[in-house]
Amino acid sequence: MIDKPTFKSSFKAILYLFPMMLVIATFNLYPIVRSFLMSFYTDFNIFTQAVNGYGLDNFFTIFNDTSFWLAIRNTFIFVLGVVPTSIVLSLTIAILLKKVSFLSGFFRSIYFLPFVTSTVAISIVWNWIYHSRFGLMNYGLSFLGVDPIAFITDPNYSMLALVILAIWKGLGFNIILFLVGLNAINENYYSAAKIDGAKGWQRFTNITLPLLGPTMFLVSVMGVINSFKVFDEVFALFQSRPGPAGSALTVVYYIFQKFYQESQYGIAAAAGIVLFLIILVFTLLQMAFNKKFVHY
Amino acid sequence: MEELKEKDSLFFMKWAKTKHVKETEFVTSGEKGSRIVAYILLSIGAFTMLIPFLWMISTSLKSPAEAVSMPPVWIPQVFRIENFRRAFEVAPFGRYFLNSVLITSISTLGELLTTILAAFAFSKMNFYGKNILFTILIATMMVPGELMIIPNYLTISRLGLMNTYAAMILPYVASVFSVFMLKQNFESVPNELYYAAKVDGSSDFKFLWTILVPLSKSAIVAVMILKIIGSWNSFMWPLIVTNDRLLRPLPVGLQAFTTEAGTQYELLMAASAIVVAPMVIIYLFLQRYIIMGVSKSGLKG
Repeated sequence: MIDKPTFKSSFKAILYLFPMMLVIATFNLYPIVRSFLMSFYTDFNIFTQAVNGYGLDNFFTIFNDTSFWLAIRNTFIFVLGVVPTSIVLSLTIAILLKKVSFLSGFFRSIYFLPFVTSTVAISIVWNWIYHSRFGLMNYGLSFLGVDPIAFITDPNYSMLALVILAIWKGLGFNIILFLVGLNAINENYYSAAKIDGAKGWQRFTNITLPLLGPTMFLVSVMGVINSFKVFDEVFALFQSRPGPAGSALTVVYYIFQKFYQESQYGIAAAAGIVLFLIILVFTLLQMAFNKKFVHY
Repeated sequence: MEELKEKDSLFFMKWAKTKHVKETEFVTSGEKGSRIVAYILLSIGAFTMLIPFLWMISTSLKSPAEAVSMPPVWIPQVFRIENFRRAFEVAPFGRYFLNSVLITSISTLGELLTTILAAFAFSKMNFYGKNILFTILIATMMVPGELMIIPNYLTISRLGLMNTYAAMILPYVASVFSVFMLKQNFESVPNELYYAAKVDGSSDFKFLWTILVPLSKSAIVAVMILKIIGSWNSFMWPLIVTNDRLLRPLPVGLQAFTTEAGTQYELLMAASAIVVAPMVIIYLFLQRYIIMGVSKSGLKG
């Protein structure tokens, strides 16, 4: 851009890049390569870090492990529980926020607030809200004639508890993205539609939704990717357990268990690779979509 | 495509102008009514969002008996501020707090330094392998950080840094995402300024810190605050690389406190409030930058 690259300019650039590259190479690039290799370790000495054998055993192990499949299943249920609901809610709120002018910023600040708070701290607060006897949730439900539910200890409800918490935490982020998308839509489309007598709902389905397509896609892909990586919420909400009877065991929790609690590094790395491949599919989908439909 | 859009909007504008009289008629009572409905819905939603925070603060000020009373009491008879003091006594929250401040500030300053330098090289210099290097860096953003934790754990242990502050700081003093954000911003500063500074005999280094950085202040602040929030709230990595109680940052200390405090919910909520409060305060004052950063992070696609 500036001048043609020369040896002198390259040398200078290296000086500027060096501190960043040192850190990224050590803690990002090298671990990516190494975790791929690790997933093929079959004989690994933790203390000397010597590798004595390679093979596909780790992958066979996880694919034959019922708790790995349970983790995959739970994670998909979590993603399906969080992402669509969150999109409907956040789009509705974003549209309402655009409708009002007075206090709009104030409301936006409140909706975004959970995003800046510590996941661990706020999950502990939700654990208290879900308390079977003294919790606010059961108190609220009692008005609807619902008997107290043991959200934290009943395997049938633990995933629901996790999903509600995750939607609450991530709503503000999606609202901001939708507001960016909505603000990019030219007001004149709406004026024109109004003059033509289009009702509110018609304007929504014929103008807002189609023009919001790219944002919608972005929000859902980011939501899916982030939801696949859920861990902190599980750990804090269920007090360092993957939910009652493993009902909230997610893929990252599985990796954590294998790696941190059982020191099964190869198996943990293999599960990590599977997680990476799942996420990669969604990332590529998004990139392909962006190339095709988004021009900015 | 862009041109077409512009033409479209010009057309619509002209068209709308000619019908301007009619347009005003459309702001009718129905419109006003729907705005009132919007306010009501937004208020209900906002209140629902706030309930966990209100419940946390309310419980943190209660007596043990009030905390577990049914039906719940929202406003305690006496505000027991001493719950906070007791939380500090039961667990070393003062120490946790200092740990968090130390870890957050050093990794934030470190990251700003490394990424500003790198973003400058990527935006205003040309060198061999620039595009390849940048592509590789962007590609690493696709890999989930959870995958890197296992090898990083081994690296840290091999460097003999287990149970040190360095273990919690070093891996986070650079970020590809921040380099990307700042590069975009530096590129929007015209190159003419760079040439002019060079003609005036200014060095690259001086140009970066006296012209480019001040001009990109808001982007840098946005990157900085997102980093502060992420670092303050980070949990899994500090949990893994420390087992010394006195080195724990707040979230890890708080998690351990749940077993220490048992069923003393008023203390647990006081402790949670201590962890949450600093970021809420930062957010209240600097939310403009946070929202800008988040909007941009969405656009990166």
